[in-house]
Amino acid sequence: MNNLLVLPMVLPVLAGIILIFLRPYVRLQRWISFSVMIVNAIIGIILLNQIQEQGPLRLDIGGWEPPFGIMFVADSFSVLLVLTTSIVASICLLYAFSSIGKSYENMFFYSFVNFLVAGVNGSFLTGDLFNLYVAFEVMLLASYVLITLGGREVQLRESIKYVAINVVSSWIFLISIAYLYGTMGTLNFAHLSSRIAESGQTPLLTVISIIFLTVFSLKAGLLLYYWLPGSYSAPPTAVAALFGALLTKVGIYAMFRMFTLIFYHEPSITHTIIGVLAGLTLIGGSIGAIAYKDVRQIVSYNVVIAVGFILVGLAVATPEAIEGSIYYLVHDMVVKALLFLLAGTMISLTGYIRIDYMSGLIKNYPMLGWMFFIAMLSLAGVPPLSGFIGKLLIGQGTVEVGSYILLALVFISSLFVLYSLLRVFLISFWGETIISEEDEEPLKKGWLIPCVLLTVATIGLGLGAETISVYVQDAANTLLNPDIYIDAVLND
Amino acid sequence: METLITILAGVLVTVATYLILSRSLIRVILGTAILSHAAHLLLMTMGGLKQGSVPLLGEDAGSYVDALPQALILTSIVISFAVTALFLVLAYRTYQETGTDNLDELRGFKDE
Repeated sequence: MNNLLVLPMVLPVLAGIILIFLRPYVRLQRWISFSVMIVNAIIGIILLNQIQEQGPLRLDIGGWEPPFGIMFVADSFSVLLVLTTSIVASICLLYAFSSIGKSYENMFFYSFVNFLVAGVNGSFLTGDLFNLYVAFEVMLLASYVLITLGGREVQLRESIKYVAINVVSSWIFLISIAYLYGTMGTLNFAHLSSRIAESGQTPLLTVISIIFLTVFSLKAGLLLYYWLPGSYSAPPTAVAALFGALLTKVGIYAMFRMFTLIFYHEPSITHTIIGVLAGLTLIGGSIGAIAYKDVRQIVSYNVVIAVGFILVGLAVATPEAIEGSIYYLVHDMVVKALLFLLAGTMISLTGYIRIDYMSGLIKNYPMLGWMFFIAMLSLAGVPPLSGFIGKLLIGQGTVEVGSYILLALVFISSLFVLYSLLRVFLISFWGETIISEEDEEPLKKGWLIPCVLLTVATIGLGLGAETISVYVQDAANTLLNPDIYIDAVLND
Repeated sequence: METLITILAGVLVTVATYLILSRSLIRVILGTAILSHAAHLLLMTMGGLKQGSVPLLGEDAGSYVDALPQALILTSIVISFAVTALFLVLAYRTYQETGTDNLDELRGFKDE
């Protein structure tokens, strides 16, 4: 029992509700939501260290013993993601302070960011399947509002598709929960896992696991990513950065939970399918990333490539690969937020979306240019930066099990990431400068500081890999040995 | 009883699929609403349609019904109402802004 566990979800919910009543006081709203994220980050650090000492923690809500009650479980994997979410969300909020505009702030923008973070943290921490669904819906409803807030025609047009696809995928989620409850009679992760281990994973259960795979593929953008580039490029920069950093990661988290804790008995079927899907995602994402000249589309397709990348680790499922995936997940949340913020800043500075119309930006805004360069190198996996370790470990894992096709796809897609971003860098940052000294818009401090913070974070993640590796190894260890999780939940 | 309810859920899914595949936005929304009701019926059947007392502890009854599917459906009904309401408002705003509710005319990603 540890009441700290519920705070990462409860604090943002409460803050979101309070902020509704503080509508006229924009400054107060900013401070409250920012401090909630900081407090969440501190709680994340405390929980991580407690888990190191005591193993996975749990909180039985209302004192109902598992498997009967609703419960929250925190192992290193979920708390690492909660911590990264809080940090990324606080930095995106910093960016929003000076970019989002008064009309948004008066229309409950900060409330909905808080609800979004509550949903994300809730999905990471929950210990049973139905609450995963509920937390998913909390997150999705907040994201529906954030994507439409502003009411421009593009936003409405893109959000209709986003909402329709998510409603249908939530329906499939509900159906798969119903089937699983019908066959196993429980929805608690640990209880499900131990029951399936007892009865063996029958073909029926494998089919149900593939329905779950469909749902989470839709949510994470694994192969079924056609909705993603359109809807991620419609909202304003700060919101797009939050989406790119957080939303697909929840689907990936759920997939890791399902296929390492519950349905891990038939890897020749389920994990092979995940591997094929991940490979196709890498190919499709790479084609998308180089096909467009719209910065937002290029950046959105980079999200798709990262999803394929992380799930290659799950498909391979060796200790190294899982560790690499976790490392890459954390890295990707930080660096995708940075990339979306930089792309958004470029658009708002020049007023153009296509990269052909921007040129020579580095002469006017040198800091912006070099930060984009660092983000690019980090995504491509150049050694001192944070992308390298994840890529190396995933590569090692694929070599170990001998799936050389995945290995090739992983590293070729890295080249495509590099190429797509290098093209943006060469066309819009180098060359003749179009903006003359008089027309140059000053780069606001409020836009620069969040980007600098995220750049420092991606360098720090790479250089400080040793400090974080303890937690990552523990997370991978818990994922690969479901008994640790089950023991922490059921036998106490 | 279970068979009947399952068939009913199937009919609802058929109707919903038909509606979702149409071009008018309002029909799509009605389709998703019906779709979620089919899912609720399925959740209920999957828990088993038993006869028994209300799920209370400490009362004397031979058997109690399973409380979990009911709790699940209650939550999921609330969520589906919320999503449908939001979706309807969204459709209305889109109609105001674009002047059409035909999904064919809402497709595509134009450079602005």
